[in-house]
Amino acid sequence: MLEWRRRREPSPAMLYASPLIAVVLTMLIGMIVFTAMGYDGFHAVRDIFLTPFLEPQRWADLGVKAAPLVIIALGLAIGFRANVWNIGAEGQYIMGAIAGTGVALATYDMTGWWILPAMALAGILGGMAWAAIPAFLRVKLQVSEILTSLMLTYVAVQGLYYLVRGPWKDPDGFNFPQTRMFTTDQTLPVMMEGSLVHLGIPVAVIIALVAWLLMEKTTAGYAVKVVGLAPAAARHGGFSADRVTWATLLASGGLAGLAGLFEAAGPFGQLTPQFPTGYGFTAIIVAFLGRLNPLGIVFGGIVLAATYVGGEIAQTTVRLPQAATGMFQALLLFVLLATDVLVRYRIGWKVRAA
Amino acid sequence: MTQPPDQTVRPRLALSHISKSFPGVKANEDISLSVRPGEIHALLGENGAGKSTLVKIIYGVQQADEGSIAWNGETVAIPSPKAARRLGIGMVFQHFSLFDAMTVIENIALGLDEAVDRDELKARVAAILDSYSLPLDPEREVHTLSVGERQRIEIVRCLLQKPKLLIMDEPTSVLTPQEVDKLFLTLRQIASEGCAILYISHKLHEIKALCEAATILRGGKVVATCDPKIETTKRMAELMIGAELRQIVHGDSSGAGAVRLSVSGLTLAGEPPFGTDLEGVSFEARAGEILGIAGVAGNGQSELLTALSGERPATKADAITLDGKPIGTMSAGPRRALGLACVPEERNGHAAVPDFSLADNSILTARHRLPLTPLGIISTGDVKNFADSVIKRFDVRTTGTAALARSLSGGNLQKFIMGREIGQQPGVLVVCQPTWGVDAGAAAAIRQELVDLAAKGSAVVVISQDLDELLELADRLCVINEGRLSAPRAVAELGIDEIGLMMGGVHGESGHGASGHGASDLGEPAHA
Ligand SMILES: Nc1ncnc2c1ncn2[C@@H]1O[C@H](COP(=O)(O)OP(=O)(O)OP(=O)(O)O)[C@@H](O)[C@H]1O
Ligand SMILES: [Mg+2]
Repeated sequence: MLEWRRRREPSPAMLYASPLIAVVLTMLIGMIVFTAMGYDGFHAVRDIFLTPFLEPQRWADLGVKAAPLVIIALGLAIGFRANVWNIGAEGQYIMGAIAGTGVALATYDMTGWWILPAMALAGILGGMAWAAIPAFLRVKLQVSEILTSLMLTYVAVQGLYYLVRGPWKDPDGFNFPQTRMFTTDQTLPVMMEGSLVHLGIPVAVIIALVAWLLMEKTTAGYAVKVVGLAPAAARHGGFSADRVTWATLLASGGLAGLAGLFEAAGPFGQLTPQFPTGYGFTAIIVAFLGRLNPLGIVFGGIVLAATYVGGEIAQTTVRLPQAATGMFQALLLFVLLATDVLVRYRIGWKVRAA
Repeated sequence: MTQPPDQTVRPRLALSHISKSFPGVKANEDISLSVRPGEIHALLGENGAGKSTLVKIIYGVQQADEGSIAWNGETVAIPSPKAARRLGIGMVFQHFSLFDAMTVIENIALGLDEAVDRDELKARVAAILDSYSLPLDPEREVHTLSVGERQRIEIVRCLLQKPKLLIMDEPTSVLTPQEVDKLFLTLRQIASEGCAILYISHKLHEIKALCEAATILRGGKVVATCDPKIETTKRMAELMIGAELRQIVHGDSSGAGAVRLSVSGLTLAGEPPFGTDLEGVSFEARAGEILGIAGVAGNGQSELLTALSGERPATKADAITLDGKPIGTMSAGPRRALGLACVPEERNGHAAVPDFSLADNSILTARHRLPLTPLGIISTGDVKNFADSVIKRFDVRTTGTAALARSLSGGNLQKFIMGREIGQQPGVLVVCQPTWGVDAGAAAAIRQELVDLAAKGSAVVVISQDLDELLELADRLCVINEGRLSAPRAVAELGIDEIGLMMGGVHGESGHGASGHGASDLGEPAHA
């Protein structure tokens, strides 16, 4: 009979193999489920997971979708390593976009190279400010950041709706609920002619490298890991858990805010009620798929980006509903958590005790 | 009371040619031994010799790579602790797995393999407590109990399963002499009823008092078997380490140097929910001296250590001064930078991060005094060199600086941690249980390092339950009792039984007669 056996030590091989196993299992389960529902399951899965990689004209789109996911997930992963569970990146992402848009609207009749950096800075600060609230509540009042950060997301969404329908509504916009379009000085430079590939993509890769160096080679990264692994040892070594809570929440909020601003000043070019696309939530899956490792997160970001790009393809080719994308993402997280059992346990044959 | 075991009886447990490897080490190699019903059999060996690994194999926690286990003459497989318990094997681990906020009886119920009716369980526990005359109140909450009482819970848990073999891994390292005496009475009674006992300890005079056979391991192999009743403790220690024992050399320091650490009227609420409050603790430690603080565990030792280390700062800056500088409100980092190093009792998760390598673990507390992280960047080479030097100087048995802390045997991790702190040449070193679980040879080496550190002008404070150790090391001694510290007295004025009674009296467990401990772990026992 098959049985689970506890491994003496977590398996390093499985630590990296389980995300890959999870992706493959998700494809198999998806295929079965959609076939059972009367769709062409094989083609659906192929279009969602493979076509985005096989057709070069999709690569730009893949990068555009992956960049915000990677930037947000990098910040979240640093916090997760310290047991700081920021679930509200979506809210910080929206606040970053709002703050950056505030700068854009204030400067819409100006020109200058400094405008975009000012917007980016405002985006970072906006995200940080939104993350500072859960940080304060956790450090001062021991309130769980999981709840507060999540609830603040809905506050941010309502704030966005209010602004685009009220004070920030484009005066020349035929009463549509949206802000002015950003000017060229307020828009991310396009890296490739005729595509949406913007500056955010190389920036995401640079941030991943910096995050990796920070975690592996600095006392700051060390502090994050010790606080997460052994809080008492951290205190003994003179590391302050409160400071790490503050730092990781501000970092993840700031990065989410930056990603929000990049999205507003890139693909959107303005703020609209459609702006919250759930990247802040999907980035949680990216962080875990990437094993909370900055370089793994780049991989995880590309896989999740594929589900967005491929989901759109499958909508036209096999008429899959749009909700299928979300289903695949949720399924992936579910299967990933399940396959994680393999890191600590292995499957073996049951031997009867004599 | 212990009859020589009947040689004709079939062994209860017989191991033949057991081997077990971990990456880079052979923890057990071709080990054979047998234990007869009613026999108390000692397992001796240096730190990392493979004792814990061997008993974990017997208890089903780990699986042997080679070899076989015979139980009452029949070959058996023991794939899990549950299977071991079904056979009648019980084990008391050094670290108890008890829930502090629950009562004794609730903890016992949680540890059982099958559900037992509560009233029936109560009756069975009462019967066991009565027939072994174990003092333990089943309705008390665990956090109100002394370490010895907690251990009794684990023993009762085992006895409920009517064990035929009882394994005890270093059961006495945290007990007072009085508690040790009581434990031995219980163990002898259990053995007299036919249960075999496998007993691991580094305290050789205990082995002599309790055991009738001993198997000595070195480097994973059996190097000798002997009768501890006949062999001297010195001889057994030398069999273990395969060399002559070092005798501790005290310098002729008079201990009259300048005051380096001074604590005055330190009052600090214990950490909720079960901490002990420190109340008006005052003492001074001078350059060149070793100050001993004796006491039964749970009387404020860990609170005192975290108050000194800066993990829980005091409210007044001048409650603690280091070389005349008030440091009471500083946190741990700045205190270390000024030269105050501390070693807490708990190695895993407090003094060291189990999932970090030894190299990474040296960053934890050495980065303030050594240039390991200039400008916040970890200097990998310097870190590795420092960790390497600690491993060499303190003879830490490991596969290298990349080994995870939790892969080390208990004693070897302790050696590494002690080495990490002593290697920084601190002005003041405060250590809790410095040789806890460390073998006789390594314990002598660590004590020698402490003596040498003091001789170089540092002040050393040793908080320990091991009176033999304190008497061997300390110039002056005080006792901590429910968060209060007694006035220090010169060690020369004190007898061991006097201190033992002061310590043991706290929990209403006054000793009965002499505790019968030699003046040193390595010396001959005082009683026959
Ligand atoms: N899980 C593990 N992974 C890798 N190595 C291990 C593991 N457990 C034990 N070892 C190694 O096996 C050897 C024997 O360890 P063991 O814990 O049995 O020693 P011990 O005799 O109980 O020592 P001590 O007296 O210090 O407790 C040591 O070298 C140790 O580092
Ligand atoms: Mg051991």
